[in-house]
Amino acid sequence: MPAPDIARVRAEIDALYRKDSRRVLATLIRLLGDFERAEEALSDAFRAAMEKWPAEGIPQNPTAWLVSAGRFKSIDKQRRDSRFEHLEDRPDVSESLTDQTTAPDDQELLEDDRLRLVFTCCHPALASDAQVSLTLREVCGLTTEEIAAAFLTPAPTLAQRIVRAKNKIRDANIPYEVPAKEDLPARLDSVLRVIYLVFNEGYLASSGETATRADLSGEAIRLGRLVLELLPEPEVRGLLALMLLHESRREARADEAGELILLDEQDRSRWNRAYIEEGEALVREALSSPRAGAYSIQAAIAAVHAEAPTPADTDWREIVGLYDLLLRFTPSPIVELNRAVAVAMRDGPEVGLAALDALLADGELDKYQLAHAARADFCRRLGRNAEARRAYARAIELTVQGPARRFLEKRLAALPVA
Amino acid sequence: MEPPPFDQLFERAADKETPVKYLCLVYLSAEKWNACSDSACAAYAGQLQDSGKLIDGKPLHPVHTATTVRVRNGQATITDGPFAETKEALAGFYLIDARDLNEAIQIAAKIPPAKYGSIEVRPTRELVVDPAEVERYAAAAS
Repeated sequence: MPAPDIARVRAEIDALYRKDSRRVLATLIRLLGDFERAEEALSDAFRAAMEKWPAEGIPQNPTAWLVSAGRFKSIDKQRRDSRFEHLEDRPDVSESLTDQTTAPDDQELLEDDRLRLVFTCCHPALASDAQVSLTLREVCGLTTEEIAAAFLTPAPTLAQRIVRAKNKIRDANIPYEVPAKEDLPARLDSVLRVIYLVFNEGYLASSGETATRADLSGEAIRLGRLVLELLPEPEVRGLLALMLLHESRREARADEAGELILLDEQDRSRWNRAYIEEGEALVREALSSPRAGAYSIQAAIAAVHAEAPTPADTDWREIVGLYDLLLRFTPSPIVELNRAVAVAMRDGPEVGLAALDALLADGELDKYQLAHAARADFCRRLGRNAEARRAYARAIELTVQGPARRFLEKRLAALPVA
Repeated sequence: MEPPPFDQLFERAADKETPVKYLCLVYLSAEKWNACSDSACAAYAGQLQDSGKLIDGKPLHPVHTATTVRVRNGQATITDGPFAETKEALAGFYLIDARDLNEAIQIAAKIPPAKYGSIEVRPTRELVVDPAEVERYAAAAS
Protein backbone atom coordinates (compact mmCIF):
# COMPACT_ATOMS: atom_id res chain seq x y z
CA MET A 1 0.00 0.00 0.00
CA PRO A 2 1.51 3.38 -0.96
CA ALA A 3 2.63 5.44 2.03
CA PRO A 4 0.36 8.50 1.51
CA ASP A 5 -2.72 6.28 1.82
CA ILE A 6 -1.58 4.88 5.14
CA ALA A 7 -0.97 8.41 6.32
CA ARG A 8 -4.46 9.40 5.18
CA VAL A 9 -6.04 6.48 7.00
CA ARG A 10 -4.15 7.28 10.17
CA ALA A 11 -5.23 10.91 9.92
CA GLU A 12 -8.85 9.79 9.55
CA ILE A 13 -8.53 7.52 12.57
CA ASP A 14 -7.06 10.39 14.61
CA ALA A 15 -9.94 12.63 13.55
CA LEU A 16 -12.40 9.89 14.42
CA TYR A 17 -10.83 9.50 17.81
CA ARG A 18 -11.15 13.22 18.52
CA LYS A 19 -14.71 13.40 17.30
CA ASP A 20 -16.32 10.11 18.28
CA SER A 21 -14.26 8.20 20.82
CA ARG A 22 -16.52 9.33 23.71
CA ARG A 23 -19.63 8.22 21.86
CA VAL A 24 -18.07 4.82 21.18
CA LEU A 25 -17.04 4.58 24.83
CA ALA A 26 -20.54 5.37 26.06
CA THR A 27 -22.00 2.62 23.91
CA LEU A 28 -19.32 0.17 25.00
CA ILE A 29 -20.10 0.95 28.64
CA ARG A 30 -23.71 0.03 27.96
CA LEU A 31 -22.82 -3.16 26.11
CA LEU A 32 -20.10 -4.37 28.48
CA GLY A 33 -21.64 -3.04 31.71
CA ASP A 34 -18.31 -1.84 33.06
CA PHE A 35 -16.24 1.37 32.77
CA GLU A 36 -12.82 -0.31 32.91
CA ARG A 37 -13.63 -2.98 30.35
CA ALA A 38 -15.15 -0.37 28.08
CA GLU A 39 -12.02 1.78 28.21
CA GLU A 40 -9.82 -1.21 27.40
CA ALA A 41 -12.17 -2.19 24.61
CA LEU A 42 -12.00 1.34 23.21
CA SER A 43 -8.20 1.28 22.90
CA ASP A 44 -8.31 -2.26 21.50
CA ALA A 45 -10.84 -1.15 18.91
CA PHE A 46 -8.75 1.79 17.74
CA ARG A 47 -5.67 -0.38 17.65
CA ALA A 48 -7.53 -2.87 15.50
CA ALA A 49 -8.60 -0.04 13.19
CA MET A 50 -4.98 1.06 12.82
CA GLU A 51 -4.07 -2.50 11.86
CA LYS A 52 -6.94 -3.36 9.52
CA TRP A 53 -8.13 -0.19 7.81
CA PRO A 54 -5.00 0.60 5.80
CA ALA A 55 -5.46 -2.75 4.05
CA GLU A 56 -9.26 -3.14 4.14
CA GLY A 57 -10.17 0.49 3.72
CA ILE A 58 -12.26 2.66 6.03
CA PRO A 59 -15.63 0.97 6.70
CA GLN A 60 -18.98 2.50 5.68
CA ASN A 61 -19.96 3.07 9.32
CA PRO A 62 -16.69 3.54 11.20
CA THR A 63 -18.17 4.06 14.69
CA ALA A 64 -20.30 0.94 14.42
CA TRP A 65 -17.19 -0.98 13.34
CA LEU A 66 -15.29 0.32 16.36
CA VAL A 67 -18.09 -0.57 18.78
CA SER A 68 -18.32 -4.05 17.31
CA ALA A 69 -14.56 -4.59 17.36
CA GLY A 70 -14.25 -3.31 20.92
CA ARG A 71 -17.05 -5.49 22.14
CA PHE A 72 -15.74 -8.67 20.51
CA LYS A 73 -12.23 -8.10 21.83
CA SER A 74 -13.55 -7.54 25.34
CA ILE A 75 -15.73 -10.63 25.35
CA ASP A 76 -12.82 -12.59 23.95
CA LYS A 77 -10.66 -11.38 26.83
CA GLN A 78 -13.32 -12.35 29.34
CA ARG A 79 -13.58 -15.85 27.89
CA ARG A 80 -9.84 -16.33 28.26
CA ASP A 81 -9.96 -15.08 31.83
CA SER A 82 -11.34 -18.23 33.55
CA ARG A 83 -12.74 -16.30 36.52
CA PHE A 84 -15.45 -14.91 34.28
CA GLU A 85 -16.53 -18.10 32.60
CA HIS A 86 -20.29 -18.35 32.81
CA LEU A 87 -22.11 -20.51 30.36
CA GLU A 88 -24.90 -18.02 29.88
CA ASP A 89 -22.40 -15.29 29.13
CA ARG A 90 -21.46 -16.62 25.71
CA PRO A 91 -22.71 -13.94 23.36
CA ASP A 92 -23.21 -15.07 19.84
CA VAL A 93 -23.83 -12.29 17.41
CA SER A 94 -25.81 -14.49 15.05
CA GLU A 95 -28.13 -15.31 17.94
CA SER A 96 -31.34 -13.51 17.18
CA LEU A 97 -31.51 -10.70 19.68
CA THR A 98 -34.55 -9.20 18.02
CA ASP A 99 -36.77 -11.66 19.84
CA GLN A 100 -35.32 -10.64 23.17
CA THR A 101 -37.74 -9.83 25.99
CA THR A 102 -39.21 -6.33 25.97
CA ALA A 103 -36.67 -3.57 26.42
CA PRO A 104 -37.24 -1.28 29.38
CA ASP A 105 -39.42 1.81 28.80
CA ASP A 106 -36.55 4.23 29.06
CA GLN A 107 -35.00 2.66 26.00
CA GLU A 108 -37.55 4.49 23.90
CA LEU A 109 -36.62 7.81 25.42
CA LEU A 110 -33.19 8.21 23.98
CA GLU A 111 -30.80 7.21 21.27
CA ASP A 112 -27.71 8.68 22.74
CA ASP A 113 -25.69 6.57 25.11
CA ARG A 114 -23.87 9.66 26.16
CA LEU A 115 -27.01 10.94 27.87
CA ARG A 116 -27.25 7.66 29.78
CA LEU A 117 -23.65 8.13 30.69
CA VAL A 118 -24.24 11.73 31.83
CA PHE A 119 -27.11 10.75 34.14
CA THR A 120 -25.07 7.89 35.55
CA CYS A 121 -22.00 10.06 36.09
CA CYS A 122 -24.24 12.69 37.76
CA HIS A 123 -25.96 10.18 40.06
CA PRO A 124 -26.72 11.72 43.48
CA ALA A 125 -25.30 8.63 45.19
CA LEU A 126 -21.88 9.86 44.03
CA ALA A 127 -20.09 12.64 45.86
CA SER A 128 -20.78 15.98 44.22
CA ASP A 129 -17.21 16.69 43.16
CA ALA A 130 -16.94 13.13 41.89
CA GLN A 131 -19.93 13.69 39.61
CA VAL A 132 -18.21 16.58 37.89
CA SER A 133 -14.83 14.84 37.63
CA LEU A 134 -16.36 11.64 36.34
CA THR A 135 -18.46 13.42 33.71
CA LEU A 136 -15.52 15.46 32.51
CA ARG A 137 -13.40 12.34 32.28
CA GLU A 138 -15.88 9.84 30.83
CA VAL A 139 -18.22 11.98 28.78
CA CYS A 140 -15.89 14.72 27.62
CA GLY A 141 -12.61 12.87 27.57
CA LEU A 142 -10.62 15.37 29.62
CA THR A 143 -7.46 13.98 31.12
CA THR A 144 -7.06 13.78 34.87
CA GLU A 145 -4.46 16.55 34.64
CA GLU A 146 -6.82 18.89 32.79
CA ILE A 147 -9.59 18.32 35.31
CA ALA A 148 -7.18 18.74 38.22
CA ALA A 149 -6.03 22.08 36.78
CA ALA A 150 -9.61 23.27 36.39
CA PHE A 151 -10.34 22.62 40.04
CA LEU A 152 -6.99 23.57 41.51
CA THR A 153 -6.68 20.05 42.92
CA PRO A 154 -3.57 17.86 42.81
CA ALA A 155 -3.84 15.30 40.01
CA PRO A 156 -3.40 12.22 42.27
CA THR A 157 -6.26 13.42 44.49
CA LEU A 158 -8.43 13.86 41.41
CA ALA A 159 -7.48 10.42 40.11
CA GLN A 160 -8.37 8.84 43.44
CA ARG A 161 -11.70 10.63 43.41
CA ILE A 162 -12.54 9.15 40.03
CA VAL A 163 -11.44 5.66 41.05
CA ARG A 164 -13.59 5.86 44.17
CA ALA A 165 -16.59 6.98 42.14
CA LYS A 166 -16.20 4.11 39.66
CA ASN A 167 -15.83 1.66 42.52
CA LYS A 168 -19.02 2.96 44.04
CA ILE A 169 -20.85 2.59 40.72
CA ARG A 170 -19.66 -0.98 40.55
CA ASP A 171 -20.10 -2.02 44.19
CA ALA A 172 -23.41 -0.31 44.86
CA ASN A 173 -24.68 -1.33 41.45
CA ILE A 174 -25.59 2.08 40.11
CA PRO A 175 -27.30 1.20 36.86
CA TYR A 176 -26.31 2.59 33.50
CA GLU A 177 -29.64 4.17 32.68
CA VAL A 178 -31.69 7.32 32.40
CA PRO A 179 -33.69 7.92 35.61
CA ALA A 180 -37.36 6.97 35.72
CA LYS A 181 -39.66 9.80 34.60
CA GLU A 182 -40.71 10.69 38.16
CA ASP A 183 -37.08 11.06 39.25
CA LEU A 184 -35.94 13.04 36.23
CA PRO A 185 -36.51 16.63 37.41
CA ALA A 186 -34.44 16.24 40.57
CA ARG A 187 -31.68 14.37 38.77
CA LEU A 188 -31.60 17.08 36.15
CA ASP A 189 -30.17 19.77 38.45
CA SER A 190 -27.07 17.70 38.89
CA VAL A 191 -26.69 17.30 35.17
CA LEU A 192 -27.16 21.00 34.38
CA ARG A 193 -24.54 21.94 36.91
CA VAL A 194 -22.03 19.59 35.36
CA ILE A 195 -22.82 20.68 31.79
CA TYR A 196 -22.26 24.30 32.72
CA LEU A 197 -18.95 23.50 34.34
CA VAL A 198 -17.87 21.65 31.20
CA PHE A 199 -18.90 24.60 29.06
CA ASN A 200 -16.86 26.96 31.19
CA GLU A 201 -13.86 24.68 30.99
CA GLY A 202 -14.07 24.93 27.23
CA TYR A 203 -14.80 28.60 27.20
CA LEU A 204 -11.80 29.72 29.17
CA ALA A 205 -9.05 27.25 30.01
CA SER A 206 -8.02 27.41 33.64
CA SER A 207 -4.39 27.67 32.72
CA GLY A 208 -2.13 27.43 29.73
CA GLU A 209 -1.79 29.49 26.63
CA THR A 210 -5.09 29.17 24.80
CA ALA A 211 -7.94 31.33 25.96
CA THR A 212 -10.67 28.96 24.83
CA ARG A 213 -11.17 25.28 24.06
CA ALA A 214 -13.75 25.14 21.33
CA ASP A 215 -14.51 21.44 21.34
CA LEU A 216 -15.55 21.28 25.02
CA SER A 217 -17.95 24.17 24.69
CA GLY A 218 -19.46 22.58 21.60
CA GLU A 219 -19.73 19.33 23.51
CA ALA A 220 -21.53 21.08 26.38
CA ILE A 221 -23.93 22.77 23.98
CA ARG A 222 -24.68 19.48 22.28
CA LEU A 223 -25.35 17.87 25.66
CA GLY A 224 -27.59 20.80 26.53
CA ARG A 225 -29.59 20.25 23.34
CA LEU A 226 -29.97 16.55 24.04
CA VAL A 227 -31.19 17.16 27.57
CA LEU A 228 -33.59 19.82 26.31
CA GLU A 229 -35.14 17.34 23.89
CA LEU A 230 -35.65 14.88 26.69
CA LEU A 231 -36.85 17.33 29.29
CA PRO A 232 -38.09 20.68 27.93
CA GLU A 233 -37.77 22.44 31.28
CA PRO A 234 -37.26 26.23 31.54
CA GLU A 235 -33.89 25.93 33.26
CA VAL A 236 -32.59 23.57 30.57
CA ARG A 237 -33.67 26.15 28.04
CA GLY A 238 -32.05 28.84 30.16
CA LEU A 239 -28.76 27.00 30.36
CA LEU A 240 -28.68 26.29 26.65
CA ALA A 241 -29.46 29.94 25.93
CA LEU A 242 -26.70 31.04 28.28
CA MET A 243 -24.16 28.78 26.60
CA LEU A 244 -25.19 29.84 23.09
CA LEU A 245 -25.00 33.51 23.95
CA HIS A 246 -21.53 33.13 25.45
CA GLU A 247 -20.42 30.99 22.53
CA SER A 248 -21.70 33.57 20.06
CA ARG A 249 -18.80 35.80 21.06
CA ARG A 250 -16.09 33.18 20.52
CA GLU A 251 -14.64 34.70 17.37
CA ALA A 252 -14.50 38.17 18.91
CA ARG A 253 -13.22 37.21 22.33
CA ALA A 254 -9.59 36.70 21.50
CA ASP A 255 -7.28 38.08 18.84
CA GLU A 256 -5.05 35.99 16.51
CA ALA A 257 -2.35 35.91 19.17
CA GLY A 258 -4.83 34.44 21.65
CA GLU A 259 -4.96 37.64 23.70
CA LEU A 260 -8.18 38.52 25.50
CA ILE A 261 -10.50 41.22 24.18
CA LEU A 262 -13.02 42.50 26.69
CA LEU A 263 -16.71 42.78 25.91
CA ASP A 264 -16.64 46.54 25.43
CA GLU A 265 -13.79 46.30 22.91
CA GLN A 266 -14.99 43.33 20.88
CA ASP A 267 -15.81 43.63 17.20
CA ARG A 268 -19.52 42.92 17.42
CA SER A 269 -19.74 42.15 13.71
CA ARG A 270 -17.88 38.96 14.55
CA TRP A 271 -20.57 37.78 16.94
CA ASN A 272 -22.49 34.73 15.76
CA ARG A 273 -25.95 36.13 14.99
CA ALA A 274 -27.55 32.72 14.56
CA TYR A 275 -26.52 31.71 18.06
CA ILE A 276 -27.71 35.03 19.43
CA GLU A 277 -31.12 34.71 17.80
CA GLU A 278 -31.47 31.16 19.02
CA GLY A 279 -30.34 32.17 22.51
CA GLU A 280 -32.73 35.11 22.67
CA ALA A 281 -35.68 32.95 21.61
CA LEU A 282 -34.81 30.39 24.26
CA VAL A 283 -34.53 33.09 26.93
CA ARG A 284 -37.95 34.53 26.09
CA GLU A 285 -39.49 31.08 26.30
CA ALA A 286 -37.70 30.21 29.53
CA LEU A 287 -38.61 33.44 31.30
CA SER A 288 -42.28 33.01 30.46
CA SER A 289 -42.41 30.11 32.92
CA PRO A 290 -42.70 30.44 36.71
CA ARG A 291 -40.07 27.71 36.93
CA ALA A 292 -37.41 29.91 35.35
CA GLY A 293 -34.41 30.24 37.63
CA ALA A 294 -30.76 31.23 37.85
CA TYR A 295 -29.66 29.97 34.44
CA SER A 296 -32.55 31.68 32.66
CA ILE A 297 -31.78 34.99 34.36
CA GLN A 298 -28.09 34.78 33.57
CA ALA A 299 -29.05 34.08 29.98
CA ALA A 300 -31.30 37.14 30.02
CA ILE A 301 -28.33 39.27 31.12
CA ALA A 302 -26.24 37.84 28.29
CA ALA A 303 -29.10 38.60 25.90
CA VAL A 304 -29.17 42.25 26.96
CA HIS A 305 -25.51 42.53 25.98
CA ALA A 306 -26.12 40.66 22.74
CA GLU A 307 -28.82 43.08 21.57
CA ALA A 308 -26.70 46.19 22.02
CA PRO A 309 -25.22 47.21 18.63
CA THR A 310 -22.44 49.09 20.44
CA PRO A 311 -21.23 49.00 24.06
CA ALA A 312 -22.70 52.46 24.62
CA ASP A 313 -26.15 51.11 23.71
CA THR A 314 -26.07 48.52 26.49
CA ASP A 315 -29.10 48.74 28.73
CA TRP A 316 -27.26 48.68 32.07
CA ARG A 317 -30.39 49.54 34.02
CA GLU A 318 -32.04 46.35 32.84
CA ILE A 319 -28.88 44.42 33.66
CA VAL A 320 -28.78 45.76 37.22
CA GLY A 321 -32.44 44.81 37.57
CA LEU A 322 -31.70 41.31 36.36
CA TYR A 323 -28.83 40.97 38.84
CA ASP A 324 -31.21 42.02 41.61
CA LEU A 325 -33.48 39.18 40.50
CA LEU A 326 -30.58 36.76 40.21
CA LEU A 327 -29.52 37.54 43.77
CA ARG A 328 -32.87 36.23 44.97
CA PHE A 329 -32.06 32.85 43.39
CA THR A 330 -28.33 32.67 44.00
CA PRO A 331 -27.21 35.12 46.67
CA SER A 332 -23.44 34.98 46.39
CA PRO A 333 -20.52 37.42 46.64
CA ILE A 334 -19.66 36.75 43.00
CA VAL A 335 -23.11 37.75 41.81
CA GLU A 336 -22.86 40.80 44.04
CA LEU A 337 -19.54 41.62 42.38
CA ASN A 338 -21.04 41.40 38.91
CA ARG A 339 -23.91 43.58 40.06
CA ALA A 340 -21.44 46.16 41.39
CA VAL A 341 -19.75 46.28 38.00
CA ALA A 342 -23.11 46.80 36.31
CA VAL A 343 -23.95 49.52 38.82
CA ALA A 344 -20.65 51.23 37.98
CA MET A 345 -21.61 51.17 34.32
CA ARG A 346 -25.03 52.62 35.10
CA ASP A 347 -24.05 55.16 37.78
CA GLY A 348 -20.33 55.75 37.36
CA PRO A 349 -17.14 54.19 38.81
CA GLU A 350 -17.35 56.04 42.16
CA VAL A 351 -20.67 54.35 43.03
CA GLY A 352 -19.42 50.99 41.77
CA LEU A 353 -16.26 51.30 43.82
CA ALA A 354 -18.24 51.95 46.98
CA ALA A 355 -20.36 48.86 46.38
CA LEU A 356 -17.27 46.78 45.60
CA ASP A 357 -15.33 47.94 48.65
CA ALA A 358 -18.27 46.96 50.85
CA LEU A 359 -18.04 43.45 49.39
CA LEU A 360 -14.28 43.22 49.73
CA ALA A 361 -14.56 44.28 53.37
CA ASP A 362 -16.51 41.07 53.99
CA GLY A 363 -13.41 39.14 52.98
CA GLU A 364 -15.15 36.54 50.82
CA LEU A 365 -13.90 37.93 47.52
CA ASP A 366 -10.32 38.42 48.62
CA LYS A 367 -8.95 35.42 46.70
CA TYR A 368 -11.06 36.15 43.65
CA GLN A 369 -8.95 37.84 40.99
CA LEU A 370 -11.89 39.41 39.18
CA ALA A 371 -12.77 41.41 42.31
CA HIS A 372 -9.33 43.00 42.35
CA ALA A 373 -9.32 43.44 38.58
CA ALA A 374 -12.66 45.25 38.83
CA ARG A 375 -11.39 47.41 41.68
CA ALA A 376 -8.29 48.22 39.67
CA ASP A 377 -10.43 49.25 36.73
CA PHE A 378 -12.67 51.55 38.81
CA CYS A 379 -9.62 53.18 40.39
CA ARG A 380 -7.99 53.59 37.00
CA ARG A 381 -11.07 55.34 35.61
CA LEU A 382 -11.15 57.62 38.64
CA GLY A 383 -7.48 58.49 38.15
CA ARG A 384 -6.54 56.85 41.47
CA ASN A 385 -3.46 55.28 39.93
CA ALA A 386 -1.55 54.15 43.01
CA GLU A 387 -4.59 52.20 44.20
CA ALA A 388 -5.13 50.86 40.69
CA ARG A 389 -1.54 49.67 40.61
CA ARG A 390 -1.95 47.80 43.93
CA ALA A 391 -5.21 46.23 42.84
CA TYR A 392 -3.81 45.06 39.49
CA ALA A 393 -0.79 43.59 41.29
CA ARG A 394 -3.07 41.65 43.63
CA ALA A 395 -5.21 40.45 40.73
CA ILE A 396 -2.11 39.32 38.83
CA GLU A 397 -0.90 37.41 41.90
CA LEU A 398 -4.15 35.48 41.90
CA THR A 399 -4.19 34.75 38.18
CA VAL A 400 -2.47 31.73 36.68
CA GLN A 401 -0.32 32.19 33.57
CA GLY A 402 -2.18 32.84 30.38
CA PRO A 403 -4.21 35.38 28.43
CA ALA A 404 -6.07 36.70 31.49
CA ARG A 405 -2.83 37.34 33.32
CA ARG A 406 -1.19 38.99 30.31
CA PHE A 407 -4.23 41.24 29.94
CA LEU A 408 -3.87 42.44 33.53
CA GLU A 409 -0.12 42.94 33.14
CA LYS A 410 -0.76 45.11 30.08
CA ARG A 411 -3.28 47.20 32.01
CA LEU A 412 -0.83 47.60 34.86
CA ALA A 413 1.95 48.62 32.51
CA ALA A 414 -0.35 51.15 30.81
CA LEU A 415 -1.03 53.05 34.02
CA PRO A 416 0.56 56.48 34.14
CA VAL A 417 3.76 56.40 36.18
CA ALA A 418 2.89 59.24 38.51
CA MET B 1 -18.51 -7.20 7.21
CA GLU B 2 -21.37 -4.91 8.14
CA PRO B 3 -21.77 -4.93 11.93
CA PRO B 4 -25.32 -5.26 13.29
CA PRO B 5 -27.01 -2.00 14.32
CA PHE B 6 -26.45 -0.87 17.91
CA ASP B 7 -29.85 -1.76 19.34
CA GLN B 8 -29.51 -5.35 18.21
CA LEU B 9 -26.28 -5.67 20.13
CA PHE B 10 -28.06 -4.57 23.28
CA GLU B 11 -27.74 -6.96 26.15
CA ARG B 12 -28.72 -5.77 29.59
CA ALA B 13 -26.16 -7.18 32.00
CA ALA B 14 -28.72 -6.89 34.80
CA ASP B 15 -31.15 -9.26 33.05
CA LYS B 16 -28.55 -11.99 33.18
CA GLU B 17 -27.60 -11.54 36.82
CA THR B 18 -29.39 -12.29 40.04
CA PRO B 19 -30.82 -9.27 41.88
CA VAL B 20 -28.51 -7.54 44.34
CA LYS B 21 -29.18 -7.71 48.04
CA TYR B 22 -29.19 -4.37 49.84
CA LEU B 23 -29.38 -3.74 53.55
CA CYS B 24 -31.58 -0.78 54.43
CA LEU B 25 -30.71 0.46 57.89
CA VAL B 26 -33.34 2.65 59.49
CA TYR B 27 -32.04 5.41 61.78
CA LEU B 28 -34.25 7.57 63.97
CA SER B 29 -33.66 10.22 66.60
CA ALA B 30 -35.16 9.79 70.08
CA GLU B 31 -37.83 12.42 69.37
CA LYS B 32 -38.95 10.68 66.17
CA TRP B 33 -38.67 7.13 67.46
CA ASN B 34 -42.44 6.63 67.64
CA ALA B 35 -43.36 8.85 64.71
CA CYS B 36 -44.43 5.80 62.67
CA SER B 37 -46.89 3.32 64.02
CA ASP B 38 -46.06 -0.37 63.89
CA SER B 39 -49.14 -0.81 61.72
CA ALA B 40 -47.80 1.55 59.10
CA CYS B 41 -44.50 -0.34 59.07
CA ALA B 42 -46.28 -3.69 58.92
CA ALA B 43 -48.34 -2.51 55.98
CA TYR B 44 -45.24 -1.57 54.00
CA ALA B 45 -43.39 -4.73 54.96
CA GLY B 46 -46.39 -6.70 53.73
CA GLN B 47 -46.29 -4.91 50.38
CA LEU B 48 -42.58 -5.61 50.03
CA GLN B 49 -43.17 -9.22 50.98
CA ASP B 50 -45.86 -9.59 48.32
CA SER B 51 -43.60 -8.07 45.71
CA GLY B 52 -41.02 -10.73 46.50
CA LYS B 53 -38.41 -8.09 47.30
CA LEU B 54 -38.25 -8.55 51.07
CA ILE B 55 -35.73 -11.11 52.30
CA ASP B 56 -35.92 -10.19 55.97
CA GLY B 57 -36.53 -7.27 58.28
CA LYS B 58 -37.04 -6.48 61.91
CA PRO B 59 -37.75 -3.49 64.11
CA LEU B 60 -35.40 -3.09 67.06
CA HIS B 61 -35.94 -2.23 70.71
CA PRO B 62 -34.77 1.31 71.51
CA VAL B 63 -31.07 2.02 71.84
CA HIS B 64 -30.98 1.93 75.62
CA THR B 65 -31.51 -1.83 75.36
CA ALA B 66 -28.28 -2.23 73.39
CA THR B 67 -25.19 -3.96 74.69
CA THR B 68 -21.82 -3.70 72.97
CA VAL B 69 -19.29 -6.53 72.94
CA ARG B 70 -15.63 -6.07 72.06
CA VAL B 71 -12.84 -8.63 72.39
CA ARG B 72 -9.26 -7.40 72.65
CA ASN B 73 -6.25 -9.53 73.56
CA GLY B 74 -8.52 -12.44 74.38
CA GLN B 75 -10.54 -10.28 76.79
CA ALA B 76 -14.21 -9.63 76.19
CA THR B 77 -15.43 -6.18 77.20
CA ILE B 78 -19.17 -5.74 77.62
CA THR B 79 -20.58 -2.24 77.78
CA ASP B 80 -24.05 -0.84 78.15
CA GLY B 81 -25.34 1.05 75.14
CA PRO B 82 -24.69 1.26 71.38
CA PHE B 83 -21.24 1.06 69.77
CA ALA B 84 -21.25 4.88 69.53
CA GLU B 85 -23.54 7.67 70.64
CA THR B 86 -25.16 9.16 67.58
CA LYS B 87 -27.99 11.64 67.12
CA GLU B 88 -29.99 9.07 65.19
CA ALA B 89 -29.83 5.48 66.36
CA LEU B 90 -30.49 2.20 64.59
CA ALA B 91 -34.22 1.45 64.76
CA GLY B 92 -34.58 -1.49 62.41
CA PHE B 93 -33.47 -3.06 59.16
CA TYR B 94 -34.78 -4.44 55.88
CA LEU B 95 -32.77 -6.86 53.76
CA ILE B 96 -34.11 -6.52 50.23
CA ASP B 97 -33.63 -7.85 46.73
CA ALA B 98 -33.37 -5.12 44.12
CA ARG B 99 -32.37 -4.92 40.49
CA ASP B 100 -29.92 -2.07 41.15
CA LEU B 101 -29.28 0.91 43.38
CA ASN B 102 -32.03 2.98 41.77
CA GLU B 103 -34.63 0.36 42.68
CA ALA B 104 -33.16 0.01 46.17
CA ILE B 105 -33.42 3.78 46.60
CA GLN B 106 -37.05 3.75 45.47
CA ILE B 107 -37.83 0.99 47.96
CA ALA B 108 -35.97 2.77 50.78
CA ALA B 109 -37.79 6.03 50.08
CA LYS B 110 -41.11 4.33 50.76
CA ILE B 111 -40.08 2.88 54.13
CA PRO B 112 -42.37 4.84 56.50
CA PRO B 113 -39.61 6.14 58.86
CA ALA B 114 -37.79 7.63 55.86
CA LYS B 115 -39.99 10.69 56.38
CA TYR B 116 -38.61 11.21 59.89
CA GLY B 117 -35.10 9.75 59.93
CA SER B 118 -32.42 8.37 57.63
CA ILE B 119 -32.24 5.14 55.70
CA GLU B 120 -28.75 3.95 54.88
CA VAL B 121 -28.74 1.74 51.79
CA ARG B 122 -25.72 -0.54 51.56
CA PRO B 123 -25.02 -3.25 49.00
CA THR B 124 -24.16 -6.64 50.48
CA ARG B 125 -21.42 -8.86 49.20
CA GLU B 126 -20.45 -12.48 49.41
CA LEU B 127 -17.49 -13.55 51.47
CA VAL B 128 -14.46 -14.26 49.30
CA VAL B 129 -13.22 -17.58 50.64
CA ASP B 130 -10.39 -20.00 50.24
CA PRO B 131 -11.84 -23.41 51.32
CA ALA B 132 -8.53 -24.59 52.75
CA GLU B 133 -8.25 -21.49 54.93
CA VAL B 134 -11.86 -21.90 56.05
CA GLU B 135 -11.05 -25.43 57.25
CA ARG B 136 -7.97 -24.21 59.10
CA TYR B 137 -9.93 -21.48 60.89
CA ALA B 138 -12.76 -23.85 61.74
CA ALA B 139 -10.29 -26.42 63.10
CA ALA B 140 -8.47 -23.79 65.16
CA ALA B 141 -11.73 -22.60 66.70
CA SER B 142 -12.86 -26.07 67.85
